[in-house]
Amino acid sequence: MSAALEIVSAGLGVSVQDLGRPGHRSIGVPLSGALDPLCLAAANHLAGSPPAAAGLEVLLAGPVLRAVGGPVGVALAGELAGRIVGAGGEVRLLAAWSAAVLLPGDSLQLGSPRGVGYVAVSGGLLTPPMLGSRATYARAGLGGVGGRALAAGDRLPCLPFVGDPQHALQAAPLQHPDGAIRVIPGPQMDHFTPAALASFYGEPWTLTPARDRMGLRLAGPRLAHVPGGADIVSDGVTPGAIQVPADGQPIVLLADCQTVGGYPKIATVIRADLPRLAHLPPGAEIRFAAVDATQAAEARAAQARLLAGWRTTLRPVARHGDIPTETLLAANLAGAALRGDEEG
Amino acid sequence: MSAPAAGFPRLLALGDAAFSVEFGASIAPETHARVLGFAAALAACAMPGVIELVPAFRSVTVHVDPDLIDPQRLAADLLALAQAGHEAAASGRRWVLPVCFDDDLAPDLPDVAAHAGLSREAVIERLTATEFSVYMLGFLPGFAYLGGLPVALEMPRLATPRTRVPAGSLAIAGRMAAVYPWDSPGGWRLVGRTGVGLFDAGSATRPALLAPGDRVRFRAVGSLAEATEAVAELP
Repeated sequence: MSAALEIVSAGLGVSVQDLGRPGHRSIGVPLSGALDPLCLAAANHLAGSPPAAAGLEVLLAGPVLRAVGGPVGVALAGELAGRIVGAGGEVRLLAAWSAAVLLPGDSLQLGSPRGVGYVAVSGGLLTPPMLGSRATYARAGLGGVGGRALAAGDRLPCLPFVGDPQHALQAAPLQHPDGAIRVIPGPQMDHFTPAALASFYGEPWTLTPARDRMGLRLAGPRLAHVPGGADIVSDGVTPGAIQVPADGQPIVLLADCQTVGGYPKIATVIRADLPRLAHLPPGAEIRFAAVDATQAAEARAAQARLLAGWRTTLRPVARHGDIPTETLLAANLAGAALRGDEEG
Repeated sequence: MSAPAAGFPRLLALGDAAFSVEFGASIAPETHARVLGFAAALAACAMPGVIELVPAFRSVTVHVDPDLIDPQRLAADLLALAQAGHEAAASGRRWVLPVCFDDDLAPDLPDVAAHAGLSREAVIERLTATEFSVYMLGFLPGFAYLGGLPVALEMPRLATPRTRVPAGSLAIAGRMAAVYPWDSPGGWRLVGRTGVGLFDAGSATRPALLAPGDRVRFRAVGSLAEATEAVAELP
């Protein structure tokens, strides 16, 4: 019998994601995929799965999951932690950036992530691919489970974990670099006044609560278009493109963005820096810095080195046995484990 | 072949993993012929590093893997291909889509008729007499922007978009028409409905019914139940 994770409680903003669905943008199908592909790759590495395997992306409130049909290896990446409740009621913590094994009947209760977190499983989630990807795009019913939001009772098939069920791993947090969000100017920077361009690069921008997997609205000084510059003949867009509609407030497009758009794009976030935005809370301030293609290539190379370096931090976890959470908290051992779980 | 618009074609970076190749500043059949010609030529030569291309009204967006190739060199190759000036003749399929224009399926038809100074029947007659061209797909999977709307029927989109437009709605806005493949929010004016499916994710060969370069006519039928079969004529 194959193994699966059963959804006990769906959480909020939880979806099956992989590296997305390229190849169909000419027929209007968005790319989709993980908002932070690096973090998904890290979770998959902890779970012993291929980097492009599908996992669960958690944006707001973590789900409660139960292993059925066999043991399931699970791993967490991002500032997302949880606790494992055994079939007999015993509790153990699953820290952020760690992996463990759920025995059949064990459930994993996840907290809320800071930003975005990922749950990877042994073998990856094996929900049916659609148009070459398991990524959920609910507007068109693609991917995930029937292309819809997850619901209690859904079963996400995966491979059973093979090996010592006491197996557990811990890694260091994978830290994206700080600093300005790097962008390549344009393609429609000539639709903006010199003052608007100066403000865009010179002033801080606040992330608003208006965000989803399609895009992220920013608030700051009003960016003025040149006369007639607020609309363009619709053309292709991509995650990272920064559209500025007539209200002068930028929208950064994210993974589920449409394939074409009719607003001028003042700049486009480079691929290496786009995942950073998914981790910032509403109210956070960012700045933009213009770079060229060579600097963007260096940033991608640095990101690849970051992931390679992170892989060397994996360590086996010494098991304490099953200790109640309260005991760990009293002993002040659980602080790191509960990182990201404050709202849980 | 007509001369390209001044300053075109040109290539603009869209971040570090895409380029927009532009063939003109506005929507025009000659410009779109260059768009489709470039897209066909690029698809045929299978340039390394090119992941996919998205033809639009006046441009083609080329999504690339910048770690597989030198993006600067690819940009130069793309511009050279654009300058070669391929033009696609109308080579797509010709579709006839059945549409029911019953009152409850065409809530904005009276406004469009009033705005055009035409009777309801005259608007339907013009819609069904027009051969539309598929310019591009976008907004939603399978959503085709259809050019060729008669000037008399041009109207701006609704000031307040509907929160739910039913799938299959035939809608117009500005100089465009479209059929909504999905229930979705939308601001275009609804003038009829078809029961033809515009998108089938299970189709390995053609998930979207319509493709850029196709031509579309609408045929009036008496009920939605009669509006489920699209007829295609191959080029």
